Amino acid sequence: MTKDIKKLALTGGAAAAEALKQIEPEVMPIYPITPQTPIIETYAKFQADGEVDTEMIKVESEHSAMSAAIGASAAGARVVTATSSQGLALMHEVLYIASGTRLPILMLISARALGAPINIHGDHSDVMGCRDSGWLQIFCENAQEVYDKTIIGMKLAEKVNLPVMVIMDGFNTSHSVENLEILETEMVKHFMGERIAIAPLLDTANPVSYGPVALQNSYFEFKIDQEAAMLGATAEYEKIANEYEKISGRHYGCFESYQAEDAERIMVLTGSATGTAKVVVDKLRQRGEKVGLVKIELFRPFMHVELATILKNAKEIIVLDRAQSIGTNAPFHSEVINTLYEANEIKKVKSFIYGLGGRDIFQTQIEDVFMGKQKDKYIK
Amino acid sequence: MKYHKDIFEVIFFARGGQGAKTAAEIIGQTATLEGKFVQAFPSFGPERSGAPTKTYLRISDAPIRTHEPVVDPDVVLVLDDTLLGSQDVSNNLDKKEALIINTQLDEHEVRAQIVEHGGKFEGRIYPIDASGISLSIIGTPRPSTVILGKFVQVTEAVNLESLVAEFRHIFEAKVGKEITDKNVAAIEKAYDTI
Repeated sequence: MTKDIKKLALTGGAAAAEALKQIEPEVMPIYPITPQTPIIETYAKFQADGEVDTEMIKVESEHSAMSAAIGASAAGARVVTATSSQGLALMHEVLYIASGTRLPILMLISARALGAPINIHGDHSDVMGCRDSGWLQIFCENAQEVYDKTIIGMKLAEKVNLPVMVIMDGFNTSHSVENLEILETEMVKHFMGERIAIAPLLDTANPVSYGPVALQNSYFEFKIDQEAAMLGATAEYEKIANEYEKISGRHYGCFESYQAEDAERIMVLTGSATGTAKVVVDKLRQRGEKVGLVKIELFRPFMHVELATILKNAKEIIVLDRAQSIGTNAPFHSEVINTLYEANEIKKVKSFIYGLGGRDIFQTQIEDVFMGKQKDKYIK
Repeated sequence: MKYHKDIFEVIFFARGGQGAKTAAEIIGQTATLEGKFVQAFPSFGPERSGAPTKTYLRISDAPIRTHEPVVDPDVVLVLDDTLLGSQDVSNNLDKKEALIINTQLDEHEVRAQIVEHGGKFEGRIYPIDASGISLSIIGTPRPSTVILGKFVQVTEAVNLESLVAEFRHIFEAKVGKEITDKNVAAIEKAYDTI
């Protein structure tokens, strides 16, 4: 094996840290929480060993981590942080300040259940809790995607001046060793370029004010602009993903369509379970079953038109959520219904919830779902 | 029936603190260096020293996409024979598959214990006194590195030379050359046992 292929075996958390080492952000406010800690811990080692030149700010809570990230990003720095679960929930208030102020902060999330009851294991409850916070949300299936999307996410944030979450499944991805290929550091640095901040706070020759009041006469306009920026971010995401494909050979989009073209039954899901489901699709295809799947890669903004095109020829849509929206339909289920209604498509949609609090999901269970044998909404 | 015929799958049964996760990762890193694809991950339960743990390892010539725990292993490694009383170590282990166990018991005694606790296994059992070898060569009863040698001998999943090289690469900086040498000697001794 030649050295320049750079095939490694790392956990998802270590893969994120590897990408961050190459990006080398200027500021990283950090606060530990399982299962995110391996990311900042690994990065802190790089910093302590002098491999990176990053100002790591050890703060007293996640609320402070995000607040420090906001200050540093407004000052003009390239800023990264990471969190999970209750930590993300504690940040909630300031997440909106980051997005409303249009600050390009990158945050890695090792997605985990929310208490009560206390549970440290993986599901998507935490990130679904902030899906309306104005942050872009990019999901990863495995360690390779964590590495790639960390790089894409950082560049995207700075291009569209909006904060980005890159999300991996807590434990299933963050703590599992898998193979990945990494790029040469020089290549990543060239791809990233420098952050060119618009009106940074530290440009004292051109003083600006951050965090002003906007009352009845202007708040509304700010919010309209923010939504336009979010919707416009899709085109930039696709452009950056295409540029990244040129240097890495790996393709990413808003959705990954797998055997969906002629599928009668299409499963919609995301995260590490997607890989498991792909194996089931292959197996059922061999038996002559016309099944396929769609992986949600970019969840915010959500591209309904693009999803509708993929789902167009399917007779039945099966949606797998790893979170609830207690009191209404689960998050992905709602989006799929929106997609179909807006596209004037009446299709059978089945909704299932799996993996809450780190419950394993097996191929046999996914097969049962495809074959109509899973009756209960909860795949336990 | 096995879902992944093309993927070599292993379950390690151990107790928290015995080093099963590290052992699985060493094999994983070695297989990666040999150009193969791997996955290594623990069963994500609460981590308590001494409590029963499961660690999964997959090795394949093609990329591995599934993320479910290993349910139908080709090989099972048991690092502590007291687990025979509480863990169903032979679950889904068929006639042609193998059980490697750190124990002073012989093959028949191990099989009798499995049967006694409601299990059934007709395949090969490879007992090895890994704790004993570790104690005599390294000076501490740590079976996890020693059993690597037996694993390589039985499965040929990776080469002994590359495993030893990877072991040195990981441990020499951490524990020094002398202790690393002793560990390597113990791995090689386990590899040479019948």
